[in-house]
Amino acid sequence: MERIIKERSTQVHTIGTSVHDLDCEKKSLAGSVSQRACVFCGSRVVLYPIADALHLIHGPIGCAAYTWDIRGALSSGPQLHRLSFSTDLRERDVVFGGEPKLYTALTELIEAYQPKAAFVYSTCIVGVIGDDVEAVCRKVSAEQKIDVLPVMAEGFKGTKKDGYKAACDALSKLVGTDNEFQAPPFSINILGDFNLAGELWMLKEYYEKIGVNIITGLTGDGRINEIRQAHKASINVVQCSGSMMHLAKEMEEKYGIPFIKVSYFGIEDMADALYEVAGFFKNDEMLEKARNLVSEEIKTLLPALAPFKEKLQGKKAAIYVGGAFKAISLVKALRLIGMKTVMVGSQTGNKDDYNLLKKLCDEGTIIVDDSNPNELSEFVKEKGVDLFIGGVKERPIAYKLGIGFCDHNHERKEALAGFEGMLNFANEVYASVTSPVWKFFKR
Amino acid sequence: MLLNHTTSKIVERKALTVNPAKTCQPIGAMYAALGVHGCLPHSHGSQGCCSYHRSTLTRHYKEPVMAATSSFTEGSSVFGGQANLLQAITNIFTIYEPDIIAVHSTCLSETIGDDLGQIVSKAASDGKIPEGKHVIQAPTPSYVGSHVTGYANMLEGIVKYFAKKSDELKNQLNILSGWVEPSDMRELKRILKLMKVKNVLLPDTSDVLDSPMTGKFEMYPKGGTTIPEMVSMGDSLHTIALGEWATEKAAVNLDNQCKVKFSMQDLPIGIQATDRFIQSLAKLGSVSVPESINDERGRLVDVITDMHQYLYNKRVALWGDPDQLIPLAEFLVDMDMKPVYIVSGTPGKAFEKRMEKILGKSVPEAKYKNGANADMLLMHQWIKENPVDLLIGNTYGKYISRDENIPFVRMGFPIIDRVGHSYFPTLGYMGGLRILEKILSVLMDRQDATCPEESFELVM
Repeated sequence: MERIIKERSTQVHTIGTSVHDLDCEKKSLAGSVSQRACVFCGSRVVLYPIADALHLIHGPIGCAAYTWDIRGALSSGPQLHRLSFSTDLRERDVVFGGEPKLYTALTELIEAYQPKAAFVYSTCIVGVIGDDVEAVCRKVSAEQKIDVLPVMAEGFKGTKKDGYKAACDALSKLVGTDNEFQAPPFSINILGDFNLAGELWMLKEYYEKIGVNIITGLTGDGRINEIRQAHKASINVVQCSGSMMHLAKEMEEKYGIPFIKVSYFGIEDMADALYEVAGFFKNDEMLEKARNLVSEEIKTLLPALAPFKEKLQGKKAAIYVGGAFKAISLVKALRLIGMKTVMVGSQTGNKDDYNLLKKLCDEGTIIVDDSNPNELSEFVKEKGVDLFIGGVKERPIAYKLGIGFCDHNHERKEALAGFEGMLNFANEVYASVTSPVWKFFKR
Repeated sequence: MLLNHTTSKIVERKALTVNPAKTCQPIGAMYAALGVHGCLPHSHGSQGCCSYHRSTLTRHYKEPVMAATSSFTEGSSVFGGQANLLQAITNIFTIYEPDIIAVHSTCLSETIGDDLGQIVSKAASDGKIPEGKHVIQAPTPSYVGSHVTGYANMLEGIVKYFAKKSDELKNQLNILSGWVEPSDMRELKRILKLMKVKNVLLPDTSDVLDSPMTGKFEMYPKGGTTIPEMVSMGDSLHTIALGEWATEKAAVNLDNQCKVKFSMQDLPIGIQATDRFIQSLAKLGSVSVPESINDERGRLVDVITDMHQYLYNKRVALWGDPDQLIPLAEFLVDMDMKPVYIVSGTPGKAFEKRMEKILGKSVPEAKYKNGANADMLLMHQWIKENPVDLLIGNTYGKYISRDENIPFVRMGFPIIDRVGHSYFPTLGYMGGLRILEKILSVLMDRQDATCPEESFELVM
């Protein structure tokens, strides 16, 4: 692959042939067509699903416009999170400061919409022009008698991962503020699921079937009052380790709540997610229920998967997603339907994740960190890939190369988690890989 | 009810934008630069900006959208982004090999005081720009104007850099296109060919953002205005600039820099605006209007005649960019419809004047607003006060359409939930026919679906 720039060569690793370890958690090279986003983006995607809160974006209009209802994080009740609120900073505000505008906008909004709490996101220039967002939030909070939480998410202050932390910092101010609440036994919080396509509802059903109670999703189908009670859970069950680990660790320190890392993609990981919770509670009845649930689900799922597996056997897949932890589940899920992962990468994976991937994948698999369209398309061609799993920016590239695609990001239209999700996943992959359209041109 | 928070009572807002009818400058600069052949747009700011613009353009066009970023860090925000941009220029020419890098700024780089012109000059004097390669730039502070302003600034940046006046006058017209779809740019070229007018069209996103399926990923698809074409713009007879908000700056620059006079015109949407465009092409290009073009006009008028009863007095709400809304409002009035509510987040004083002229007499009840607080919440509140029969605008109208049960024609930017805009134009007489067909389809489908059984008609 001649077109990998020298500085990037350490961020590409071929299992079996590369001598160097994969380098990661580096800043992107200036001038790269990186698929990465910013701190604000990270905080916005994490907090967005909280449906009864106000989400006010303090900055010029773009940051609010581009994040207006783009994430299919479903709410079973209020839809306030799907509106777009902005202070729409103008030149005058940049010169004289945006605090008055923020104060007025917040006050107007809270009066008009009566939210349960408000999140105020700082964007790039807010820090630079010196607005004291925290002070304005405190003032409005005192006047309006609701929590107004600053989310310090200036875009340039790190990567998307730092945005996850900013979101967790805001959440941790809410957690623990309702001490009246008495949690039922066997209570957990689900961290790191955002109820895309209703996935949290499926998980909730599984957990409830085995006798586990869910206090709150963080932040899928999230509600402010439930988040206040989150510290009453016995354990935090964390998915998508990148986004919610900070909160899980903080809750462990502050409230002594342990956490486990799970994934809900694929049969194995989904089953483990149930077993581990049952194991934590050391409850035989629960474990028995979990076993029954899994075997019931598998009994219908495996035969349903079989025809897909037959058709997809030996096909090759490339994965490029936000966090590497998700990629690990995807490799396993693809195996379940007979497919082999020949390239796998992420925007923000860490060493542990990549080491796990190295162990999990076959020799010759390319592992890549913070890649770009050039590299991705070269790898895909080199490996003769049949399916690409990625997000919005990768989809048209995959299609142009004439290969199938599955969105495992914001734009998934079907639930992909859990047992049902595994079937949806197989169906989606099969449909795309075997589409008759591919016969109309030469790859 | 997704928008059940909207009340019909209009509350005075001072500082708040709810559900904007605009976005920020840099995405416009990125779109304009994609209409230049072999050009890689570059966002001088945080990574997120570039990522958001690429995602939004990808959702709208369903095409790969390539752009690089300076990847600002905390250090850049303190010490300035010069080092990032210089490194970026070197990296881009090494890895991605474009002919041109089109740099635009962001709110961050503007606020910390980065001077793109100075940084690019330094790159040139440091020898970081290889022979035959080019770096152009445009300031696009996100807190001024809107996405349309960014488009205008990049167009200006392009002509400023490339257009050269030589001794030889060229028998060609410059056509500066406002923010329209690749299909529209293709349609402009078709019309110009039929009219036998030699021309340079800038920008030209056809064959870039509507590229065919070939099994190959082309970082630089075959479309886009070429360097020799852009250079030759300085020697053209005249410039026709379509859409004041998007193209006036570039037209003025061509006039000042190369003494190419310009005519400021509306985007040719509907009958009258297309008439004006065709007439000036005939006059400035010294050509006669071919029968085929007159026939297209005739067919459009014919369909309006045929279907007038379904159009008459229908109340329409529209939103989007001034350059589209002005000729569209005029077209709707010409079809005997009533554009009663119009909003655009894009500021500019001429908007109200133009709307007053078009609507003052024919639709005196019309309400229109642009700039601050002219957003989709205001539009929704107007509609709740007194409903309309039809919505025309970008995808963000779908909430109002569903909640208020109003037929909806998608037009403008972005359209992220339907296809067609990339392939079927709305410019020219044929584009007018498409707008008309879409309007009639939704209105008549509605009638079929909701009229009492006894008045359900086979022949309409």
